[in-house]
Amino acid sequence: MLRVTDSGLYCDAGDFFIDPWRPVPRAVVTHAHGDHLTWGCGSYLVSARGVGVTRERLGQWADRVEGIAFGDVRTINGVRVSLHPAGHILGSAQVRLEHGGEVWVASGDYKTDPDPTCDPWEPVRCHTFITESTFGLPIYRWPATPAVFDGIDVWWRENAAAGRASLLFGYGLGKAQRLLAGVDASIGPILVHGAVDRMTALYRDAGIPLPPTEYATAARGVASGALIVAPPSADGSTWARKFGPVSTAFASGWMLVRGARRRRSVDRGFTLSDHVDWPQLLGAIAATGAERVLVTHGFTGPVVRWLRETGLQADALATRYEGERDDAPDPATSAATAEMAETVASVNVAATASETAGETTTEPA
Amino acid sequence: MKAFADLYDAIDRTTATQGKVAALVAYFRTAPGADAAWAVSFLIGRRPKRLVKSGDLRLWAAERAGIPDWLFEESYAQAGDLAETISLLVPGGGGVEAQESLAFWVEERLLPLARLDPPQQREALRETWNVLGGASRFVFNKLITGAFRMGVSDGLVVRAIAQVSGIDADVISHRLMGAWEPSTAWYEQLVHPETQDADWSRPYPFYLAYPLEAAPETIGEAAEWQVEWKWDGIRAQLVRRRGKTFLWSRGEELLAGRFPELEQMAEFLPDGTVIDGEIVAWRDGAPLPFSELQRRIGRKTVGKTLLSDVPCALLAYDLLEVRGEDARTLPMADRRAALEQVVRAMPSGGTLHLSPVIEAAAWDAVHGARANSRTMRAEGLMLKRKSSPYGVGRRVGDWWKWKVVPLTVDAVLVYAQAGHGRRAGLYTDYTFAVWDGDALVPFAKAYSGLTDVEIRAVDRYVRQHTIEKFGPVRTVTPGLVFELAFEGIQESARHKSGIAVRFPRIARWRTDKLPRDADTLETIRAMLRAAQAPA
Repeated sequence: MLRVTDSGLYCDAGDFFIDPWRPVPRAVVTHAHGDHLTWGCGSYLVSARGVGVTRERLGQWADRVEGIAFGDVRTINGVRVSLHPAGHILGSAQVRLEHGGEVWVASGDYKTDPDPTCDPWEPVRCHTFITESTFGLPIYRWPATPAVFDGIDVWWRENAAAGRASLLFGYGLGKAQRLLAGVDASIGPILVHGAVDRMTALYRDAGIPLPPTEYATAARGVASGALIVAPPSADGSTWARKFGPVSTAFASGWMLVRGARRRRSVDRGFTLSDHVDWPQLLGAIAATGAERVLVTHGFTGPVVRWLRETGLQADALATRYEGERDDAPDPATSAATAEMAETVASVNVAATASETAGETTTEPA
Repeated sequence: MKAFADLYDAIDRTTATQGKVAALVAYFRTAPGADAAWAVSFLIGRRPKRLVKSGDLRLWAAERAGIPDWLFEESYAQAGDLAETISLLVPGGGGVEAQESLAFWVEERLLPLARLDPPQQREALRETWNVLGGASRFVFNKLITGAFRMGVSDGLVVRAIAQVSGIDADVISHRLMGAWEPSTAWYEQLVHPETQDADWSRPYPFYLAYPLEAAPETIGEAAEWQVEWKWDGIRAQLVRRRGKTFLWSRGEELLAGRFPELEQMAEFLPDGTVIDGEIVAWRDGAPLPFSELQRRIGRKTVGKTLLSDVPCALLAYDLLEVRGEDARTLPMADRRAALEQVVRAMPSGGTLHLSPVIEAAAWDAVHGARANSRTMRAEGLMLKRKSSPYGVGRRVGDWWKWKVVPLTVDAVLVYAQAGHGRRAGLYTDYTFAVWDGDALVPFAKAYSGLTDVEIRAVDRYVRQHTIEKFGPVRTVTPGLVFELAFEGIQESARHKSGIAVRFPRIARWRTDKLPRDADTLETIRAMLRAAQAPA
């Protein structure tokens, strides 16, 4: 029912794309993260809960966004389409497609851990389930969410007692708001970076209760005792140096592994992810009752092999989604990487090689 | 054990020297003597050697985790650390830290593993994994794998112990040299205010040179400096006291029996003599390539054939003890004069030679000598201030190593393997090839030299251009060219390319070059011939 084309996941029967990576006439979008939402499509169908953040991200194309409530069915060229909560960020959805008695679910990014800032993931029964595999290795087992927030609170309190600000990095859309909702706001004032501030306002508009925050301009100056929530790209920026002595931390699933923590060179790493870990991934797949699983971005190879060994029909699906990245995509880094990639492309090597190895073309770095 | 695991964590977490020392001081202030002794031992790198075979460990961990071997290996490749992979995969422990002391875990659980046969080891490990959780479990696993390392220099450990005990850092440093067994008694001796030391087998802490990056003209007049060749061998101290000989490597390993020709020679040294020098493979008054010396390294016993194939000598360059007196505070020039007397008093035809001083009145001549290093089979020059005492550890100012300008070759990336530690989960260990006719022949491996941004770009390339996977190694489509730098080249029967390069590293990524622009094996052979030819 769905196949990968140059522009993205395409439904032939319905003539629409799910999370296309190039502009297409009709797109159904799971959530508003950059690797799932592209500019310039003719129309966007998203969950009603996700309309605000999607419009913010799309700017000039905002008026092409249409929302439907979770569970409502929209028939597109005979294909019954409905959206169901994915638990990843505000408004994130799984796309259920039904056509000719066949049911597929494209789940986008999802998690099953508790998160008060979005609707919880719901298992949707289907024949074919498309799943991410960002953390698809058994080493990834998330600690209990309350314990993680306890750790963040202790760190913040210690810093406040020592007269330092606590600079906590997490993605501006989703992770940042989950952090705001989870910390003990009685410890001190909470400041947010500009990128976080905009999204946080939209979360409040959607009725998500969040503690009061202050927009942290560089002019604000020394912020001892405060918690400052910022996107990873702000790490090492001049902005980040304006707040006096700080302790830095990064909240991400990658922080579970020591090597990744050290590479990140922040003072602390907190293991908090908006993706499923290994047991949750396997549990989610089982809950869908799917007999066939298509695995995208992440540890595609190991997950496909594991599923096959447990008797399921499983295959890799080569998409361009990236999941959760552990590097800070600051402009300088991206430019340099793009330039190198250019060079690599100029030597004109066979791009099919990766398929031989049974992997997607993008893996989380 | 928990206190030690916390110390590990604290050191791991901070990059600031102050923070590390503070964590060490806090630990040593409260640790019981037996724990402190083991901690010192581990901190300065005297970790137990591997107690369980790596293969067995992986097998038992995968089995306990209930996953197939291939999935364990995929996980290990991502985590980049065997001990951590096991800690993350094996269930049990429940995050409970060990209540027992470090000494208990080391003496009662860790070291006894060496005496068990594999099935017993398996049982013992399952039991330990069941009860040990959190950071203690990771540290224990690290100790089993023999890969235990803490991100702290010996100098900082010494500084912390000095701070806690109030004893001079140089005294602590010296007491840590040589052979000792960690115990309460030993630790009490380490921090004992009485500085009359009893252990007479002990070497002195080695004085280490700093690399000279600028021109030598920036460090003063040539006349102030003693210039020597920087030999490519094994740094060693030869200790002769009370009619006994102790040969120590810089890693403070006792090389007893490894170099019988040196121990025989030492019998002619006066009692109370300590010489600092370099062990080299030596024939007809000149060093043999390092690859020859490698045949001797690691052999506990040396057969007659090897002894005559690869004869070794000690090139002496410093004298640390004369007639039982510590001579380290004398100026370099005086120590040199005394060393020359000692060497000249030895019977002729022996295995002790003076490392020659290069007479150079001006820096011009020194530059000339450096350019000649490769023909001398030296790595460059040593510059030692004539007025300097013999220090402890690596200190800037008096001793410099001025290495040769490296050789460089443009080579193509052909294999990649995931790195470890900070580079876990990234393809950072590379094999490079040069052209031999139409074929690319692998000739060197390199792990360092790229920036983090470049590493990510190469990692991406590797993932997207994998032709084949052999275990953890990926063969990639030849596409990326790098300039490799290395110190020297030798012929080698063990390498497919017939050559071996010394200390290869990536000088830069040649994004301006295509694989066909890379160098050929013939270019490298020509470099080899040039290096062998007398200048």
